[in-house]
Amino acid sequence: MDTLPKQVKIVEVGPRDGLQNEKNIVSTPVKIKLIDMLSEAGLSVIEATSFVSPKWVPQMADHAEVLKGIQKFPGITYPVLTPNLKGFEAAVAAGAKEVSIFGAASELFTKKNINCSIEESFQRFDAILKAAQSANISVRGYVSCVLGCPYEGKISPAKVAEVTKKLYSMGCYEISLGDTIGVGTPGIMKDMLSAVMQEVPPAALAVHCHDTYGQALANTLMALQMGVSVVDSSVAGLGGCPYAQGASGNLATEDLVYMLEGLGIHTGVNLQKLLEAGNFICQALNRKTSSKVAQATCKL
Amino acid sequence: MGNVPSAVKHCLSYQQLLREHLWIGDSVAGALDPAQISVLINLHCFQPYVSGFSVSLAGSVACIHWETSQLSGLPEFVKIVEVGPRDGLQNEKVIVPTDIKIEFINQLSQTGLSVIEVTSFVSSRWVPQMADHTEVMKGIHQYPGVRYPVLTPNLQGFHRAVAAGATEISVFGAASESFSKKNINCSIEESMGKFEEVVKSARHMNIPARGYVSCALGCPYEGIITPQKVTEVSKRLYSMGCYEISLGDTIGVGTPGSMKRMLESVMKEIPLGALAVHCHDTYGQALANILTALQMGINVVDSAVSGLGGCPYAKGASGNVATEDLIYMLNGLGLNTGVNLYKVMEAGDFICKAVNKTTNSKVAQASFNA
Repeated sequence: MDTLPKQVKIVEVGPRDGLQNEKNIVSTPVKIKLIDMLSEAGLSVIEATSFVSPKWVPQMADHAEVLKGIQKFPGITYPVLTPNLKGFEAAVAAGAKEVSIFGAASELFTKKNINCSIEESFQRFDAILKAAQSANISVRGYVSCVLGCPYEGKISPAKVAEVTKKLYSMGCYEISLGDTIGVGTPGIMKDMLSAVMQEVPPAALAVHCHDTYGQALANTLMALQMGVSVVDSSVAGLGGCPYAQGASGNLATEDLVYMLEGLGIHTGVNLQKLLEAGNFICQALNRKTSSKVAQATCKL
Repeated sequence: MGNVPSAVKHCLSYQQLLREHLWIGDSVAGALDPAQISVLINLHCFQPYVSGFSVSLAGSVACIHWETSQLSGLPEFVKIVEVGPRDGLQNEKVIVPTDIKIEFINQLSQTGLSVIEVTSFVSSRWVPQMADHTEVMKGIHQYPGVRYPVLTPNLQGFHRAVAAGATEISVFGAASESFSKKNINCSIEESMGKFEEVVKSARHMNIPARGYVSCALGCPYEGIITPQKVTEVSKRLYSMGCYEISLGDTIGVGTPGSMKRMLESVMKEIPLGALAVHCHDTYGQALANILTALQMGINVVDSAVSGLGGCPYAKGASGNVATEDLIYMLNGLGLNTGVNLYKVMEAGDFICKAVNKTTNSKVAQASFNA
């Protein structure tokens, strides 16, 4: 506990990772309002949308309208996903100042997900990174399946380190390590981070834990103990898991903030306003929140 | 998540992942003879209570090989105290029929769990869900190597429990005056007096007594509870003869920091081997708090299958940490529990269907719907 960071940057992925994995499609005005409410809650990074073909991800079809429609508060960044150069160009045209690219530590996952090998995916990303560099646009890299893969099963920490190092050396300013199917537990998180931290500085790392097996917060705590100070989460724990029907997905931002506040770690987030944003989107989606903090009405 | 997972249907099912990939799944205790495990558990638990056993305990430990865990400093073996049938069902809205309770407990007895809290010998006027305490106690099959403690809030309850065949009891204190007053209508000091009567009688009859301290990390009436107060109450219970003290985050408000501070204080007065944590998941903090406790050397953890039991202080809130999710974490950490996760999941499925509720266990949610 003595080595915990004094502050943690929370990357809010609800409007993208969350909504993308929700069954019900939400209208553009609702998405915009959600993002505006999240901005007012004090979050400093809010992943707004994904510039991917609507054929693949219908929930994100309104990407340009959302990015143009949201209020851009000073001091807050609104990264968007750009899986390829076409998406990148569309994003820039819509006003994006930061983009994200998605790699994976599993060959099979990469093949099934984006229909190419890991090596080929790097070539695609390279094109984006070069274009981003010339346009002075920051790029965040994601590595999926860092603690396990729905196709390959076990993933070696060395492989994660290799992919992470590559993305970092290609120019990503930060790499978010994702436990995509939430199978990880704290010991495995530690092993993976130990391997990765030998290649990439801790300050450039983030963790993106899914709560499919209820392990997300414990895994996140372990990551904090290892020196990671950037954590991805999703308001109301939005987003199920496409690999397991009925299973939950992202770590709920409210529950994360609750833990960080209890630990005396600065986040800049107003929990009350965050709860309001979560409440708003759950009503719009006609679903119950996955955040335990939101479920508890006990006031202390 | 990247693009649309149109290939989702071709991926490994969660059932498969759990079964085939050891890094997630089975407890390594599967490699050990169950009788060996129960001997070790019983010796381990009773060490402060039964003298003269330390030599043979060391001998037993020497001949059993434990896998080392990935995280250094963690205990190699964790005893899970299953409180679903009591703490869980007591806090469920639906009153469960006696035969279902008995079947539920019998199923739990076959999972490898070594301690299962069966019922509460409290007046049915206060806790109607536990009105059938005597029938349940008499009706369950008491498996060798498994212990079945029952709650006994006072001497009357204790005598009834013994008459019904109880061989282990628990008493419930609190680190908050207000909570004590509202819950059992007396001050902490008065409650200690009552418990002392019970624990003394129990010791006289060679019946082990476990002590609980509620509100260890916060109180629904008083708010913040000081670690010193928790230590004081724990020490009272321990010195009157409770072999183990379970420190309960009754309303689940604790976080790793407050857990650490509380344990640091209590561990100055009570040996590590006599402590347990009982975390509620009301704010989603339970596993993170338990991990913290494990890192401090605690090796006894209470949980409830399916995360049974809501929180009586927060409508709609969840209650106990789910045993399945706890086992999942412990297995992943390479720690021995002696418990078969799949069998626990089956028992959880049984009781959820019987009570007509969806499980609170994320592991169960991920696996049964896949």
